[in-house]
Amino acid sequence: MSELNPALEHPTYNYKVVRQFTVMTVVWGIVGMLVGVIIAAQLAWPALNFDLPWLHFGRLRPLHTNAVIFAFGGSALFGTSYYVVQRTCQVRLAFEKLAAFTFWGWQLVIVSAAITLPLGLTSSKEYAELEWPIDILIAVVWVSYAIVFFGTVMRRKMGHIYVANWFYGAFIVAVAVLHIINSLAIPVSLTKSYSIYAGTVDAMVQWWYGHNAVGFFLTAGFLGMMYYFVPKQAERPVYSYRLSIVHFWALVAVYIWAGPHHLHYTALPDWAQSLGMVMSVILLAPSWGGMINGMMTLSGAWDKLRTDPILRFLVVSLSFYGMSTFEGPMMSIKTVNALSHYTDWTIGHVHSGALGWVAMISIGATYHLIPILFGKERMYSTALINTHFWMSTIGTVLYIASMWVNGIMQGLMWRAYNQDGTLTYTFAESVMASYPGYVVRALGGTIFFLGMLIMAYNMYMTTRRDVEPKAVPATAGAA
Amino acid sequence: MTDFWSTWIIVLTAISFVLMIWILFANRKREQGTTEETTGHNYDGIEEYDNPLPAWWFNMFFLTIVWGIGYLIVYPGMGNFAGVLGWTQLTQYEERVADAEARFGAIRAAYLEKPVEEIASDPALRKMGQRMFGNNCAQCHGADAKGSYGFPNLTDDEWIYGFTPESIKATLTHGRVAAMPAWGDVIGEDGVKQVTAYVQSLGDGGNADEATLKAGAQVYQNFCVACHGANGEGNVALGSPNLSNDIWLYGGSAEQIAHSVRAGRNGAMPAFGNLLSEDKIHILTAYVYGLKQ
Repeated sequence: MSELNPALEHPTYNYKVVRQFTVMTVVWGIVGMLVGVIIAAQLAWPALNFDLPWLHFGRLRPLHTNAVIFAFGGSALFGTSYYVVQRTCQVRLAFEKLAAFTFWGWQLVIVSAAITLPLGLTSSKEYAELEWPIDILIAVVWVSYAIVFFGTVMRRKMGHIYVANWFYGAFIVAVAVLHIINSLAIPVSLTKSYSIYAGTVDAMVQWWYGHNAVGFFLTAGFLGMMYYFVPKQAERPVYSYRLSIVHFWALVAVYIWAGPHHLHYTALPDWAQSLGMVMSVILLAPSWGGMINGMMTLSGAWDKLRTDPILRFLVVSLSFYGMSTFEGPMMSIKTVNALSHYTDWTIGHVHSGALGWVAMISIGATYHLIPILFGKERMYSTALINTHFWMSTIGTVLYIASMWVNGIMQGLMWRAYNQDGTLTYTFAESVMASYPGYVVRALGGTIFFLGMLIMAYNMYMTTRRDVEPKAVPATAGAA
Repeated sequence: MTDFWSTWIIVLTAISFVLMIWILFANRKREQGTTEETTGHNYDGIEEYDNPLPAWWFNMFFLTIVWGIGYLIVYPGMGNFAGVLGWTQLTQYEERVADAEARFGAIRAAYLEKPVEEIASDPALRKMGQRMFGNNCAQCHGADAKGSYGFPNLTDDEWIYGFTPESIKATLTHGRVAAMPAWGDVIGEDGVKQVTAYVQSLGDGGNADEATLKAGAQVYQNFCVACHGANGEGNVALGSPNLSNDIWLYGGSAEQIAHSVRAGRNGAMPAFGNLLSEDKIHILTAYVYGLKQ
């Protein structure tokens, strides 16, 4: 892209790799969410797998999770971290060829995932399904990412390191460790390998990885994003430096313990379950520290919410973040987990984080970045950002509300019993009762997905050199 | 767990708690209330206020830490230390099961004492049986027990292993392995076609010519009669299906019968003896026995 328009090059900073990742954030967001909409529809109307193995739910579901977490979320994190680390260290990106390699390498990982998962090639570890050759590529790209990021931090012109970079840094280090340890496997062929762990140990390593994919990829990384784009967009100082110190260290120290709450009432020993649950509950305050710091940064600038839909995205994402990080510790309590586990409540919880927090903060940050990266005053249409905001919010609410209803209903139906001691409902009856929820969920997901298409159009119009941004209507966002 | 690993867990946990408490108190600020004072840093135009930790947040954090320490005293968590309550998930499970036994065991025990024929039409039993059937059997045999391709219909007149309480209970308890050998290589494709025509003629007829039927009868006499009987009536002792009626487990078309002959079939009914208690199997037996009426 920059080859086409050298005028877009910044005199100090490397915007090219940021621009590439930012565009791909939108592209992979659309792809990943489309697959999500398809599998949501399959759960309501199973005939939609057309009896084709490549379109089967079991194969498309990991494609959806990999695409939204690692392709969409990953591109957003790569792009914003490369931008933020340059801006807040006031230095050009280190090892730029390596940075370019991380872009193309990461895209290759994603394309490989998009080919192998529908073919049924999988290690069967949740959120780590990719087979060993791709795992090695991920590790190489990730170590390169660490070298570029920390190399840039080390060359900084500032005395201190900004808090956003602490979070990005923790995310990069932790994900490297998690990915490499969890993916250790013995290959038996190019497309098949077996984990080096067995039984309960395998399950524990998997969920140590799985929950910290949430903790460090989807939380710490995006908190790094939050710490730059919220104060920047609100043009206000960060609320409390002290709070950032405490909640950063507490978050990284406690999250790493929380994995066992995925294995309550299983073969995992009691002591491990208890520690996982205790740390998960303690995690509430460190998680909320980030929400408070983001929200309170807006004090004195709340009026901007009326006119700035980008800020709305950022603030609402923080609200969903606060909600899901309250819900998470609560669901980790054994008594609650006994009801919620294995139900749609878990899916709802994940999506209140994934749609409400991760996607919405990435969308906000991307809207902030696109005009800067393409040398424009602002996005082509502020009104369309506002439309997108409402579609995202409504889509998310429909999604999580339907899954709450389904999840709690399923949990209650499964445990209901009659006077003679038999179960009141069969499993199949709980599936039938979930049908309306599945339809509403598919609807919510569709609305969210359509919003992404509007974003793509808005992005395209912003990048066109022959189109000027529309004037911001006086009532923009007042709807 | 060895003492080393137990100590390892306890030490790591304790260090985490100490560090959390230390970082929380080390960053406390005496003066409460918001300030316009910043840290003096400026990153790309972003400044940071030196505001105190919100008091309610500080307290919430501290209380969850205190609660966590308390939980680890009461429940297992610190390595080999079992917790003062001595709670385990296994004892919780056993208590729940014992509690359920105390409340509902007598209901089932009363049925166990009575013969299947006597209780099969008891309305309360049929309700219990239907619930158990729905969660254990319906996955294959269908919620209406009418079966599907490869899974026997339990409401019709053909009972492959015999329609007696004893045989149904044996099927439930020990499962069944049904093996129809593959004859394709033995009798050749001509033999498959001929015997298929003959088998069809045992029931509703078919339209094969005399010569084919005669050849088919010969193949049947040589290879099939031992299990399926002289007239295709089957044998409940072996679990070989009746071929002379219009009930077909794997379909009754010439193509499907030929496939059964050529490639064989493997039917598997899982054993429930290790999954369900004797009284539950008794109730399910009575429920299934009563389906036909």
